[in-house]
Amino acid sequence: MSILVDDTTKVVVSGITGREGTFHALRNRAYGTQVVAGVTPGKAGQDVQGIPVFDTIADAVDATGANTSLIFVPARFATEAILEAADSELRLIVCITEGIPVRDMARTASYLRGKPSTLVGPNCPGVISPGRSNVGIIPGEICAPGRVGLVSRSGTLTYQIVHELTQRGIGQSTCVGMGGDPVHGIGFLESLALFNWDPETDLVVMIGEIGGDDEERAAEYIAQEMTKPVIGYIAGFTAPPGKRMGHAGAIITGSRGTAQAKAEALELAGVQVGRTPTEVAALVEAVLS
Amino acid sequence: MDLFEFQGKELFKRHGIPVPRGIIAQTPESARAATEILGGSSVVKVQVQIGGRGKGGGVVLADSPDDAEAAAERMLAEGFGGRRVTRVLVEERLAIAQEFYAAILLDRATGTDLAMVAAEGGVDIEELARTKPEALRRLHIDPEIGIHPYHLRGLTGALPPEARDLVENILAGLYDVLTREDATLVEVNPLVLLQDGRVFALDAKVTIDDNALFRQPELEMFKSVHPIDPVEFRAREAGLQYVKLDGQVGIIGNGAGLVMSTLDLVQQAGAGAANFLDVGGGASADSIATSLEVVLSDPNVRSVLVNIFGGITRCDLVAEGLLEALERIAPAVRIVVRLDGTNADEGRRILEDARHPVIVPVQTMLEAAKRAAELAEGAAA
Repeated sequence: MSILVDDTTKVVVSGITGREGTFHALRNRAYGTQVVAGVTPGKAGQDVQGIPVFDTIADAVDATGANTSLIFVPARFATEAILEAADSELRLIVCITEGIPVRDMARTASYLRGKPSTLVGPNCPGVISPGRSNVGIIPGEICAPGRVGLVSRSGTLTYQIVHELTQRGIGQSTCVGMGGDPVHGIGFLESLALFNWDPETDLVVMIGEIGGDDEERAAEYIAQEMTKPVIGYIAGFTAPPGKRMGHAGAIITGSRGTAQAKAEALELAGVQVGRTPTEVAALVEAVLS
Repeated sequence: MDLFEFQGKELFKRHGIPVPRGIIAQTPESARAATEILGGSSVVKVQVQIGGRGKGGGVVLADSPDDAEAAAERMLAEGFGGRRVTRVLVEERLAIAQEFYAAILLDRATGTDLAMVAAEGGVDIEELARTKPEALRRLHIDPEIGIHPYHLRGLTGALPPEARDLVENILAGLYDVLTREDATLVEVNPLVLLQDGRVFALDAKVTIDDNALFRQPELEMFKSVHPIDPVEFRAREAGLQYVKLDGQVGIIGNGAGLVMSTLDLVQQAGAGAANFLDVGGGASADSIATSLEVVLSDPNVRSVLVNIFGGITRCDLVAEGLLEALERIAPAVRIVVRLDGTNADEGRRILEDARHPVIVPVQTMLEAAKRAAELAEGAAA
């Protein structure tokens, strides 16, 4: 099973002829992912080392049966690629692009509501189900197949913790890099729910950081619904407090948002929170043994 | 990017929101002249991008040009809240009948816009929101639909009837600022009803989305009036995220989460970080070299910790960048280096072969934090 990506995942890469797009499309394919198509407007008929290129996602889907979109196009065109993928009703859209204007994302997210597609990102490292499929830029070699689910707002910090798990012989069912943008697709809550129902996941690691209140809302879900153990980590206990403009932000989040508040909310929900990435891996090992 | 009040009011004017007549002054003399133009009295307001001006002496009612000159002189000399002040805003005095609060911001929890209005404004708005949440009318606005008259009527329902139409116009203007200028926050506190029945935005807090500056060239210009530290400027030019802190361990890492985690670990090891520096994804030898120079330009730094987990970033390039930088500068402190991920073995070998006296290679992140903290302490003693 795993979540979001597996053996049935067939990827169409938007922006495949760009430097990043080419590099990662080929890297994902080398990992064993079915990368069946690429899209670059005006380059239909070409191919990237055997991966056929189309003008539109719709053409790519018709010709190859792609069901998952992976997006590397520049920020100012990236939301269009997301909308295009949603209109082709792809089941999963993974947007790696960083720097997308937040208003564009807010409108895009609004359009996606009620649509069948799940969005991961933007500004994220993607999703990997080790041994099955890698859709994004998470280095496959640090992961190993197993039964721990992982969801994170961060990129390299995710790699650090995955690496520590793998070194202890603890494999992963799926690692979800949800990204850190203010308006994003899948969050902690949705990922936890998917892991909760996944028969191949025994335990979930969630890696948060300061800002927003995704972690606090996830804590409420964990307390009420989660049947599997969750181990947490929060980065940013010593991060400099952001200078605050106005009162509006404080009015809607209250005391939420600090690393301390997040760790406390998670602990109240029964989550063990590690103080270092190493301690997180040790806690996982202890719970599983 | 947070705007100064005078910049925010510039945007307000463009979108039809009434603001007091005001003049920007960069010297005490021009504050005096501005007050004369405004009729002999004024309000002098320090221009900084932090709150608490009203309580902290950053807003002065000047009854005469002399008063205004003295207030401006003090603000420009003393700064505010630890920040340098290069400008004050000199505004006309208005006869206020009542103060309200209005804000629209992008609510990240829902991904929609959230508008809030209260019939009580002023410095204690957060207290009001806590103790009397019903006094603050809140409405979510779907960005696909935009703001509509029924939203406006709902938001202004608790205001005095004579102010409602005018406040509705202002809210529509604020929503325009949000959507057309790519703002993520617009806040007016206080929004005032004057004794003559007009409604004015007495303050303006506006945050612009940095990701959208490419299509807001005029706002990009606002950036140039921000006083910026030369080291931070150099880091920004090189595409590095650098924030100076007050500890003694210089930090270089890739990815904001990993760097924050590194800061936490250094503190747990009993030291403090001298900075936050994220070299970003796909760091080159050159950006690593610049990072090292930026970090070492801080005289408080007693040791440096380089923590790289290579994904897109290649550890061999990081190692080469470090050695390259060490040819240009001869640091008086040791540099603890931890490399993992893409090409980590090559990177470690490059450092090992170089046997550079200031480089201390370590295997894990935890060990790196401990070693850097010890070195900082040893160097300080």
